[in-house]
Amino acid sequence: MSNNNYTTIVKDGLWDNNGVFSMLLGMCPAMAMTTSATNGFGMGLATAAVMAVSSFLVAVFRNRITQEVRIPVYILIVAAMVTLVDLAMNAWLHELYKVLGLFIPLIVSNCLPLARLESFAARQPALPSLLDGLFMGLGFTLALTAIGAVREIVGAGTLFADASLLFGPAFKVIELRLVPADMGVLMMILPPGGFLVTGLLVVVKRLLDLRAGKEIQMAGAHSVA
Amino acid sequence: MKDFVLMMIGAALVNNVILARFLGLCSFMGVTTRIDTAAGMGLATTFVITVSSMADWAVQHYLLDAYGLGYLRTVTFILVIASAVQFTEMTIKKVSPTLFQMLGIYLPLITTNCAVLGVALLLVEGHLSFIGATLFAFASSLGYSLVMVIFAGLRERLALVQVPRLFAGPPIAFIVASLLAMAFMGFSGISTG
Repeated sequence: MSNNNYTTIVKDGLWDNNGVFSMLLGMCPAMAMTTSATNGFGMGLATAAVMAVSSFLVAVFRNRITQEVRIPVYILIVAAMVTLVDLAMNAWLHELYKVLGLFIPLIVSNCLPLARLESFAARQPALPSLLDGLFMGLGFTLALTAIGAVREIVGAGTLFADASLLFGPAFKVIELRLVPADMGVLMMILPPGGFLVTGLLVVVKRLLDLRAGKEIQMAGAHSVA
Repeated sequence: MKDFVLMMIGAALVNNVILARFLGLCSFMGVTTRIDTAAGMGLATTFVITVSSMADWAVQHYLLDAYGLGYLRTVTFILVIASAVQFTEMTIKKVSPTLFQMLGIYLPLITTNCAVLGVALLLVEGHLSFIGATLFAFASSLGYSLVMVIFAGLRERLALVQVPRLFAGPPIAFIVASLLAMAFMGFSGISTG
């Protein structure tokens, strides 16, 4: 594995093959947990942690997992990691845990981790898989934070509100108010806003890719899990 | 009785699984290009959600609660769901080979449909009785099927419309879904809390 290859993995995960905006995987938390940038960021990091470790484990054991039972095995590995993250967050990030609630255990049935295990970790050595899981997860975090930020700014006029409450007092500095209170468009925080912002951000990514002279990806939802 | 009816309306329409709770979006975007596939998927998922929610309720009450194993919930639920999906797959293959062919790859993927696990987890949080849990799961999945069919109908029309190149495919589908979600918010007027 050359350096070049690692760069591709990083770029693919963060932008070129972004889980949400290009592959349209893991949409449920991407819309449900993005009522604010802080929530999106927290949800993304939890998913990234699960993805990195489970990709690593699957890659290590890839030659011992039989083809026929691989999906159940992957799901069990992911479920075990999710349980660990669930317990850890309940213990150390309790406020955030209360906000994300249902969607922490639901990382198990998020299609993105499973898709990466199946298409990457099952065929590659441990280190690239670890990187792929980590950067796919960070790309997911980036997408969720972006969706959350747009919805929060337009919907409530703030950015990263409550970050100090959820992550610790050190994050007080990133809490911003950009638009005066009661100027927000509530609809953006309600469910319709989630669909709308996600759709528009997919267009923004296509536009940026087009500007950069890249082929834009018209596919998407069809490669679903 | 009245409570059950109100709860079912709430689960199916007001707190719709897809449009209000954001569960099962992968299948919502993936298999809604044709009405008949969407209806088949809705039917199969309804079956899986109802069966696995009943099984998960029993597991939660008689196994996890009884022995204080709450932390194993995620792992056990996903196992129960995977078995329920396998069972559904065998049933459909036997009863309707045509539907089995149509659903193809999407059938085993019901396991990773977050609506199934999501409804099961909601039931545990709601502390419902067995009858209540079964009805809640059934109503939720009916709401899921309804939205799948409506959205498939919209997308069949959408396929014929010319949209700007940048919006083609998923983005325009998201925007349509957003409008549909707005329409469904109208149901919150009959909200039962």
